[in-house]
Amino acid sequence: MTPRNEQYERWIAQKILAARQTTTIGEAGKTGTWRTIRPVLIPEKCLVVKSGKPTCHKCWLYCPEATVSRSIPPVFDYDYCKGCGICATECPTEAIQMVPEKEAPSCAETIANAGGNADA
Amino acid sequence: MPEKLVITGNFAAAYACKSANVDVVAAYPITPQSPVVEKISEFVESGEMPDTQFICVESEHSAMAACVGAAEAGARVFTASSANGLALMFELLCWCAGARLPAVVCIASRALGAPWTVWTDHQDAISMRDTGFMHQFCETNQEIYDSVLMAYRIAEDPRVFLPMFVTYDGYLLSHTMMPVQIEDPEKVRDFLPPLKTHVDVGELGETRSVSAVIPPDITVRPEGNTPGYMEYRYAMQKAHEYAIDVIEEVNREFKVKFGRSYGNGIYTSYKIEDADILIFGIGSVASQSRMAVDQLRSEGIKAGLISLKLFRPFPVKHLREIFTRVPLVVVFDRDVAYGYEGVLAYELKAALYPCQNRPIIRSYIVGLGGRNIPTDTLTKAVKRAIKEKDDSSVQLDPHTDFLDLDLDRLGLSIEDMQKEAQ
Ligand code: SF4
Ligand code: SF4
Repeated sequence: MTPRNEQYERWIAQKILAARQTTTIGEAGKTGTWRTIRPVLIPEKCLVVKSGKPTCHKCWLYCPEATVSRSIPPVFDYDYCKGCGICATECPTEAIQMVPEKEAPSCAETIANAGGNADA
Repeated sequence: MPEKLVITGNFAAAYACKSANVDVVAAYPITPQSPVVEKISEFVESGEMPDTQFICVESEHSAMAACVGAAEAGARVFTASSANGLALMFELLCWCAGARLPAVVCIASRALGAPWTVWTDHQDAISMRDTGFMHQFCETNQEIYDSVLMAYRIAEDPRVFLPMFVTYDGYLLSHTMMPVQIEDPEKVRDFLPPLKTHVDVGELGETRSVSAVIPPDITVRPEGNTPGYMEYRYAMQKAHEYAIDVIEEVNREFKVKFGRSYGNGIYTSYKIEDADILIFGIGSVASQSRMAVDQLRSEGIKAGLISLKLFRPFPVKHLREIFTRVPLVVVFDRDVAYGYEGVLAYELKAALYPCQNRPIIRSYIVGLGGRNIPTDTLTKAVKRAIKEKDDSSVQLDPHTDFLDLDLDRLGLSIEDMQKEAQ
């Protein structure tokens, strides 16, 4: 055992701070497989699409999974979107529709990519 | 301009928030803490705290959640609670400390239900022991004001980055008026500059990452390995251990700046120089013990008092220095570690165990649920401890002593029991 080094312990106390660090994509695995409904953008209703400016982006701000991009148009990352529907609820113009996963075209593909089985 | 106001302990806490120019206050009212929140909301409403966001929430849990979120974003935050409300906050208090956020939380202490009560004891505050918060106790309203200011300085020190409780007895301080010096905002700002947060929101996403769920071991990553849970908790414990230096330092600086201090920032003492018996207590119990010391001294017993100001981090070194000077220590706890004994008592015993000259420690439970603690009760208990000092059967007895129970008046005396048995 190395002897206790006070200076070192003080340094460590300041060095490892949970609040200082953030998550990266995919920390909790492909959470997209948890989804039963998915957000689909209706571009004609979306404020940033209509204005061509990064104005609203409430979907980006409120998504708890950070899976909506701050782009024009906002894009959903279906690999990690859990389908909670918060973006759709927060959208001031109802530009996001929650569509049952089985009806959405790329569903089987997403799940297969994540190593799951859409029919299971 | 500094001003002297005659205000309650709750208002002293509210004024401290104003002086500290707190960014975000989120709180939910509970007796006896409510007037803190009412006063702050009044300040915000009237424009006297123009930089403060007051968030109305639906529970104490949400209050602390809002504070955690705001602190993560770099705000100086404040909330306050009591008893069952504080208990509801527990989850987020642990989160706040684990995330190393420098929040300050006031506790107007109150007994925990059931049975339902609103009167004071220290059970709620003491039960928050292992959240990871630092914890100060107060004996006067001025001390509440000063302690809140000091708490922010300590908590926000980059060597510390831990949240801190400032606890004061419900009603006895929370609703009792005393003169309190409110300091000049400029001077306070000097002592307590705006928070330089350790979280740079602009850099989120670029900083080294941490898993959504922290695994037991470190995570190997291309951008650099990240700590496991145990590394985080080790750092938190070390921050606590070394915070004591900062706390003493801040107490000294406060004295230079404002002319007031509270012992060494760790404990205050009363007539200890020539004492051969020391009483150990916190908050209201310590206040009452001052009178007990005087009374005992008038009867020729050389008693003294150590009033613990800093409960966490527990100042083991300081307590060893002071308590190994005497052969007998009497601890009065206004709390119980149910199934064991008074918390102060057993923590002191543990702290002194490795010492050569450890004293005999006698512990008593007093004043639960707001029961009055007459000076007489304390002096009698001290005299009993003196008498039984060398009686090993008393020292080895694992049972607790509750003072001032009134079971006879319930028809539950020993005679009543014997009658029932016949
Ligand atoms: S808010 Fe919920 S539904 Fe919308 S993108 Fe984010 S995870 Fe998906
Ligand atoms: S919240 Fe709705 S309107 Fe605003 S950017 Fe998102 S989709 Fe568009």
